[in-house]
Amino acid sequence: MNERVYEIGLTVNGVPRSATAPARRLLSDFLRHDLGLTGTHVGCEHGVCGCCTVLLDGDPVRSCLTFAITVEGREVTTVEGLADPDGTLSPVQQAFQDSHGLQCGFCTPGFLCTVTALLRDNPAPTEAEVLEGISGNLCRCTGYQNIIKAVLSLSRGVSRTAQENGAGNATTQRGSGDHVR
Amino acid sequence: MFGEPIVRVEDPRLLTGQGRYLDDLGRGALAAAFVRSPYAHARITGIDVDGALDVDGLVAVYTWEDLPGRVGEPLPLLIPHPALTHGRTAYPLARDVVRHVGEPVVMVVARDRYLAEDAAGRIQVTYQPLPVVVGIEKSASAEYLVHDDVPGNVGAFLVQEVGDAPAAIDAAPHVLEFRLDIERSASMPLEGRGVYARWDADDESLRVYSSTQTSTSVRMAIAAKLGLPPAKVEVIAPDVGGGFGVKIVHPWPEEVLVPWAARLLNQEVKWAEDRREHFVSSAHERGQVQFVRVGFDDEGRVLGLDVKILHDHGAYTPYGIIIPIITSTQLLGPYKLGAYRAEVTSLYTNTLIVTPYRGAGRPQGVFCMERTMDRIAAHLHLDRIDVRAANLIQPDEFPYDQGLIFQDGRPLIYDSGDYPALLRKARDLIGWDSFGSLRAVATAEGRRIGIGFACYVEGTGVGPYEGGHVEVDSSGRVHVSTGLTSQGQGHQTVFAQIAAAELGVPISDVQVTTGDTRRFGYAVGTFASRAAVMSGNAIALACRRLKEKALRIAAEALEADPRDLEIADGQVYVRGNPSASIPLRTVAVLSNPLRYAFDEEAQRATQFATGSSPDEPPIAPGEEPGLEGKDYYSPVRSTFAAGAHAAIVETDPDTAEIRILRYAVVHDCGRLINPRIVEGQIHGGVAQGIAGALYEKMEYDSDGQLLNASFMDFLMPYATEIPRIEIDHLETPSPLNPLGIKGAGEAGVIPVSAVIASAIEDAEGFEISAMPISPDDLFRLRRH
Ligand code: FES
Ligand code: FES
Repeated sequence: MNERVYEIGLTVNGVPRSATAPARRLLSDFLRHDLGLTGTHVGCEHGVCGCCTVLLDGDPVRSCLTFAITVEGREVTTVEGLADPDGTLSPVQQAFQDSHGLQCGFCTPGFLCTVTALLRDNPAPTEAEVLEGISGNLCRCTGYQNIIKAVLSLSRGVSRTAQENGAGNATTQRGSGDHVR
Repeated sequence: MFGEPIVRVEDPRLLTGQGRYLDDLGRGALAAAFVRSPYAHARITGIDVDGALDVDGLVAVYTWEDLPGRVGEPLPLLIPHPALTHGRTAYPLARDVVRHVGEPVVMVVARDRYLAEDAAGRIQVTYQPLPVVVGIEKSASAEYLVHDDVPGNVGAFLVQEVGDAPAAIDAAPHVLEFRLDIERSASMPLEGRGVYARWDADDESLRVYSSTQTSTSVRMAIAAKLGLPPAKVEVIAPDVGGGFGVKIVHPWPEEVLVPWAARLLNQEVKWAEDRREHFVSSAHERGQVQFVRVGFDDEGRVLGLDVKILHDHGAYTPYGIIIPIITSTQLLGPYKLGAYRAEVTSLYTNTLIVTPYRGAGRPQGVFCMERTMDRIAAHLHLDRIDVRAANLIQPDEFPYDQGLIFQDGRPLIYDSGDYPALLRKARDLIGWDSFGSLRAVATAEGRRIGIGFACYVEGTGVGPYEGGHVEVDSSGRVHVSTGLTSQGQGHQTVFAQIAAAELGVPISDVQVTTGDTRRFGYAVGTFASRAAVMSGNAIALACRRLKEKALRIAAEALEADPRDLEIADGQVYVRGNPSASIPLRTVAVLSNPLRYAFDEEAQRATQFATGSSPDEPPIAPGEEPGLEGKDYYSPVRSTFAAGAHAAIVETDPDTAEIRILRYAVVHDCGRLINPRIVEGQIHGGVAQGIAGALYEKMEYDSDGQLLNASFMDFLMPYATEIPRIEIDHLETPSPLNPLGIKGAGEAGVIPVSAVIASAIEDAEGFEISAMPISPDDLFRLRRH
């Protein structure tokens, strides 16, 4: 039984890339194993954890739920493509470092892609919008505290003092609903 | 440097996709996949691999029959204990009988993972189902047995005792009796386990990468299993995507089988666990039933506490009974009791093995003790914090001997702490005393809120030892290595902070390597909140040795007394005379008398350049070339961190939805190396605690099928479920180690279920005895 393979070409981080793979090859595996871009991680392979999030024509998608062959000819941005070519971290990457928004770093590429798109579409998210925006990404290490802080530090809508009070200052409420004070 | 909240040095790599996790390595390696048991208990009656043979790219198929000698023997029982009279471990591939869903039966190796899974899917294993034991009480009833030769399903029976608790309870003015239940959860790192092995046939050596919390011990285990000299086996923990306990277990079946196959096939082989595999073939924790009897006086002082613990350890006991040992000792918390007795029955079930998950038995112990404190307060109509305060060990009573034996085999002696201060701080932080008015406002609005509180003590930094090696090279770079592994704790940063502070060098000159047996062969591992305490102190001691040597060499070069020298910013200088100085890199050059100059700097150390005494050997007796220091830290016993948590929750009167409105932590882990990293550890721990209190449990049906073995159904919290965590610190240095530090890794998770139960109980006005609690559970409790 020999499986039929296809030449799959796409633009990754601005560079045209191609490799042969069978039709069932997931985009996550194609990026990681066929193209050697291992920055995109796989935490569940069933679309829940968000570790595998990449930008497809600018929009976040789960690369573990996408067949590589279906994105033939399209544009993919992975975590390897977020920093400047000279190595300067993107504002989102820098904010994650400054706020200690990562520990083991396994979920981080997915968060960075998600947040990059989030801030492009809404440069001034409120805390509720940030929560909503990252609520498709799991992190087992950080308890999300410093991820939220990192994103809010980039929000043009959030004042300095609110940021210094930390994410989720007393007047905002995680989850849904009311607050105590 | 030490004590500063600097940003992490590992981050730029991890933020740009340059991390190297297990499955990022070995791109050309063959892939392994496993056929795993779909039955919780069954006899294997046949394995037919024929269907797999025509899968393109298939390389090999192995069953237990194929495993030679020690490879086919049961996996080791890592921590024997006299009370574990009936320890049992699994074979790496099942032999005859499977005892939990997910147990590996057949190993397949193929060109890539897709093909390996194709082949695995075509292998037919036939089973004769056997009666299944699921649930602690079903196991205790011993109607059916998990192992034919383990009567009553009892693996271990353990008693911890100080004083005569039953008599003290009988004589007490007040007595309460109740039952508590805690469900299973799991570490659930976002990166699963994984192993990648390369055999070098020319060198007859093996290099193994494993996503493990202990590379040194994996190395010993593989060497023993494969009959290789340890010197021919290297094990490296690359970047590890979270551990939280599950990756301390070793060797996993795959850690034996993948290297074995790589050697046999003389090809690189890799296996990376997928999420479903992780749910059914790694490990779980927490499940216990506790029967509590407590006697106390009118002030709520505990005169006697007697706890019978039924602990579910799953199908096998590779990690011994560490969890119930910890539960039954750490249950005491910051309190001094009149008398105490804990009786643990550790039981087999046809479920996945149970091994430490962050907290490692402490959350259950703290749940028991803190629920007890709340029950006493309710019974006596006293304030819940006041009852706790009445039972606390006082600051002038340290070292305090609890009279038990801890998990390290040493006496349970608390080294230092200030528990009344912790209580006060937590009480203030959450606003305990003004909660009444807050509740009045809420009640007036038709809302239901409650406040909860809990304390814990955590034995951290358990032995036996860790080591550190530090070397300054001739360019002035400082290379630090230690054998234990990292899974996101920021060791590269905190160990560099320690080395930079000890040596007086800029932190940017320091590079830290962990978990690589090529760099450091002796280590124990990363667990029990021990890395900072153990390796941190070992590295500090190694730096002190290096510094002593550097000052000696510099003194000669500067013609000064070593006692007058200091190191700052990488320069050794004479105190009070900064112009008389020599860079550490030059000292490194001078420390190694050379014959050959390989660069300009090295010329200074060659035989015609040094101007050393012609009557002395170039290396003095007892000296070694090179500017290096190596030392070990081995503590007499654990150091005890502590904390108090408090929370305010709201429960919806109609839907029974539970929301955490505020969560406050006061934490004492001695001196802080990096407050930012410590807070990050607390955040993550609390989030896992909230997960275990409100969302996560392992739903086994009576056939032993794990019904929620995916992230769709196992409700790991997203950002939307975790409230803001407010933190305050107390710093009571440990007198046991040179740096005065205590562990912080697990602390956050420990009291959370107790706090949330306490708060829900306060909101609802009826007893909460089982965790986790879902809105559905709460709704049903209300109707009783
Ligand atoms: S790996 Fe794609 S969502 Fe988890
Ligand atoms: S940093 Fe480890 S999972 Fe998010």
